[in-house]
Amino acid sequence: MKNLRFGQFAGLALVGSLALAGCGSDDNSGSGGATGGAGDVACFEGTLNAEGSSAQKNAFEEAAATYNEMCPGATVNYNPTGSGTGIKQFIAGQVDFAGSDSALKTEEKDGIVETDAAAETCGSPAWNIPMVTGPIAISYNLPGVDDLTLTPDVAAEIFDGKITTWNDPKIAAVNAGVELPATDIKVFFRSDESGTTENFTKYLKAAGGDAWSYDPAKAWPASGEGKEKSSGVSEGVKSTEGGVTYVEWSYAKDNDLGIAKIDNGGGAVELTGETVGKAVEAAASDGEGNDLRLTLDYATQEAGAYPILLVTYEIVCSQYADAETATKVKAFLTHMASPEVQQGLEEIGYAPLPSSVEEKVTTAIDAIS
Amino acid sequence: MSSAQVDHAAAPPAAGVPTPSAFGEKSGGRAVKDVTARVVMWLAFGIAVVPLVWILGSTLVKGGHMLVDSVWWTNSQSGITSRRVGGGAVHAIQGTLIQAAVTAAMSVPVGVLTAVYLVEYGRGRLARTVSFMVDILTGIPSIVAGLFIYALWVTTLGFQRVAFAVTLALAMLMIPTIVRSTEEMLKLVPNELREASYALGVPKWKTIMKIVVPTAFSGIVTGVLLGLARVMGETAPLIILGPYTKVIATDLFDGLMATLPTMINQDRTEALQPALDRVWGASLTLILLVFMLNLLGRFVGRFSKVKG
Amino acid sequence: MTGRSTVDEDPRHPLGGDRASTGRLGDRIFGGLATTSGILIVVLVTLVGVFLLWQAVPSLLKNEANFLLSREWSPSGANPRFGILELAWGTLITSVIAMIIAVPLGVAVALFITQYAPPWLSKPAASTIDLLAAVPSIVYGFWGLNIAGQYFQPVLSGIDGALGWLPVFEDQGTSAKSTLAFAGMILAIMILPIVTAISREVFAQVPTTHKEGALALGATRWEMIRVAVLPYGKPGVISAAMLGLGRALGETLAVLILLSTLSANADWSFSIFNGGSTFASRIAQGAGEFDTPQKTGAYIAAGLVLFVVTFVVNATARIVIDRRKAFTE
Repeated sequence: MKNLRFGQFAGLALVGSLALAGCGSDDNSGSGGATGGAGDVACFEGTLNAEGSSAQKNAFEEAAATYNEMCPGATVNYNPTGSGTGIKQFIAGQVDFAGSDSALKTEEKDGIVETDAAAETCGSPAWNIPMVTGPIAISYNLPGVDDLTLTPDVAAEIFDGKITTWNDPKIAAVNAGVELPATDIKVFFRSDESGTTENFTKYLKAAGGDAWSYDPAKAWPASGEGKEKSSGVSEGVKSTEGGVTYVEWSYAKDNDLGIAKIDNGGGAVELTGETVGKAVEAAASDGEGNDLRLTLDYATQEAGAYPILLVTYEIVCSQYADAETATKVKAFLTHMASPEVQQGLEEIGYAPLPSSVEEKVTTAIDAIS
Repeated sequence: MSSAQVDHAAAPPAAGVPTPSAFGEKSGGRAVKDVTARVVMWLAFGIAVVPLVWILGSTLVKGGHMLVDSVWWTNSQSGITSRRVGGGAVHAIQGTLIQAAVTAAMSVPVGVLTAVYLVEYGRGRLARTVSFMVDILTGIPSIVAGLFIYALWVTTLGFQRVAFAVTLALAMLMIPTIVRSTEEMLKLVPNELREASYALGVPKWKTIMKIVVPTAFSGIVTGVLLGLARVMGETAPLIILGPYTKVIATDLFDGLMATLPTMINQDRTEALQPALDRVWGASLTLILLVFMLNLLGRFVGRFSKVKG
Repeated sequence: MTGRSTVDEDPRHPLGGDRASTGRLGDRIFGGLATTSGILIVVLVTLVGVFLLWQAVPSLLKNEANFLLSREWSPSGANPRFGILELAWGTLITSVIAMIIAVPLGVAVALFITQYAPPWLSKPAASTIDLLAAVPSIVYGFWGLNIAGQYFQPVLSGIDGALGWLPVFEDQGTSAKSTLAFAGMILAIMILPIVTAISREVFAQVPTTHKEGALALGATRWEMIRVAVLPYGKPGVISAAMLGLGRALGETLAVLILLSTLSANADWSFSIFNGGSTFASRIAQGAGEFDTPQKTGAYIAAGLVLFVVTFVVNATARIVIDRRKAFTE
């Protein structure tokens, strides 16, 4: 009898949940705090689809959420499946634009030249527009050590497993006055392929000199313990005394991890929105016209510039076959590049675009047709 | 469960009573072994229950408050970022139910017909091969099923990763469970029923459709529900074939569709409490859904005209 | 988990098809449909093998490392190098640990349910263990990492302290919850309901006469189990173990969430307290980045190996069952 009643209950509940599911709503307005002010935003009606890098996911979603608050008729979807997949989908014409941690490749890789393939899909050159700058933090877990400075070659040796304890003389040499414990160093790396790993290894290669012998790659080439995604590495460091990793700023902040200052030779630089902006500003643009691919100078010795960062590009067609799509893309990207949105990003672990870059970005977006 | 009663009736003779025994005289050592074995068995059951209670307890404590909020059952995650509290899981619940329904719609005919073939028609080498392949299909890891459909649907046919591809992979996992449970039920239908039907001149296919399958019907339904319960919690094919989305989607062939497993998989990679709460909430919802299907399956099984 | 044995209950096979079939159109269509469904299943399994092979071959041909014996995994670029040695090892160790725990425990629980539990407890106990199968893999993984994992550190330290001189138990400095050993333990919980359900069914079928005979000869309960129940149930337990193994080999999410992967230049270690990868976890990890056919092909090649291994395990289980004819699932 008891089972009988259970069964009836289960049946009812199942039917109930089906009924509930039938009238679900996508309208969550009013449940989040609006950050961006209602400026003069161009609204569109309909849906815009983008896919790609997970590094810019939080920034993108924040921008999409604020855009949606001002333009209730517009839906902007972003699927953070990864830069490679995003570009692949863009080339296949499946999404309106892609987000990527690196600009479209101009040389052949596995039989495809991304720039050419994208241009073919668009029927016009595809542009790389830098939109979100995400600093990478060298995060550590050392109770009692709030202030840690690393130079590129010391960082390289730590991440290569050559320096194995925190009180190693080489670390002590760049941290005068800091009492370092004898804890073993445990390096955590991203086990999945990621743009974060690629940019961090680019930094170590460029700034670390002879201390780093590996080529930059999306898959971690050196030693350590592999964890899945940013959440995995930050969780690993958080739960392991002596742990150290490279991770997006937001994860380091959210997990209350220690963040090392970086000294490329021009003095220790703390990671702030301002110091990152300075590094982006110093980056050389090597694209033509409105194709704004940036070459970051990881080895920069400029005082007050934080050198380890990753720029996420929005990859768009310069001329969309469908004028309506062009309007949508322009409207949303204009909003995302606006100072209101960019300033709000610092709170969630990204750095705002410096105004000189923002100007170029706005010009490029305006030129999309 | 007749064994338990037998054991009680045939309890070993009380110690001290001299019994001529093929196992030798009752010695202290044997009694100790017997008691030890009894303790070990009870202990084993106790150990097995610990993880169940623990995991259900954690999920309930950490996810329960999410389900109490009515928004959970009415809203999607649209416009909600990982830093914001709010939104619901209706997009994922709906996606899971839609995909389950489509999966069932594909698997049930194939599964039941295959079982009918094996029980009513199959003879010889082909039947043995089919039966063997059903076993193999039962054992195919879900990630391999996902990879196969990816190779077929995306790489070869050039289609997109859509909900329908997910249901194809899930159907591969569901078909063998339906075949096996239906087969068992059909075998239980007494031959006298078939004989009586044939004797009345009813053709074989009508006998199967009107006599055999209806007799075994509730047993078959039970098999289908338990099979559904199994595939609903599958995640591996979904991370290959069905990326997550935050909005409600109902189109099987275009765009992405969220499900509870992919919602868990997405939010578990966030560091902040709102996202973690959603992981536990979605886990609890999924477990409840699967439990309910299980209970419903057992409940329907009670009405079965044939008993296993 | 609906498997019920039908052997010995009705020795007659349901009526033969040919004699009863009337040859009418309806019969031909219906019989044809049923046969087509059967053939469809055969075709499906064959297609899985063929497709995976077809998609894997181009990448395998370009592979510059030994596919079976290399530990490298860099499937993209002009000089792809990838091998499955590490994956095979991780899969083997986690599955073996899962089996070592789940099979004895599952058999003991099945014995408890069928032989020891008081009648009122027997059925609820069986349903309770079945509920373990209703918890999705991803929840096990998340729970293991965030809740249960922290309690494994002292266990690891204890074993390492006592037996650390054995290479198998050497502490590698990997976080305890991310070791092969802990992943194996979580897998054990996941396959426990499978092993228990099937063992319990065979144990329940032990002929009463066998058991009463043993007890009448003065056997204690345990001796009765040893001489009557276990020998009778052995083939069933073996097939239960094989099915559990099949499941453990292919489990994805829990392993993916728990295991730490090894770095490319890590020294080879036989320790169960090391990190690692399994076939399934490596494929799942790459799933977001299937961007070129060559790279996808490498993962599909790993999937093919997993398919072949589970095929062999399941076929073996099937043969064991067929030969003993003691139990059908």
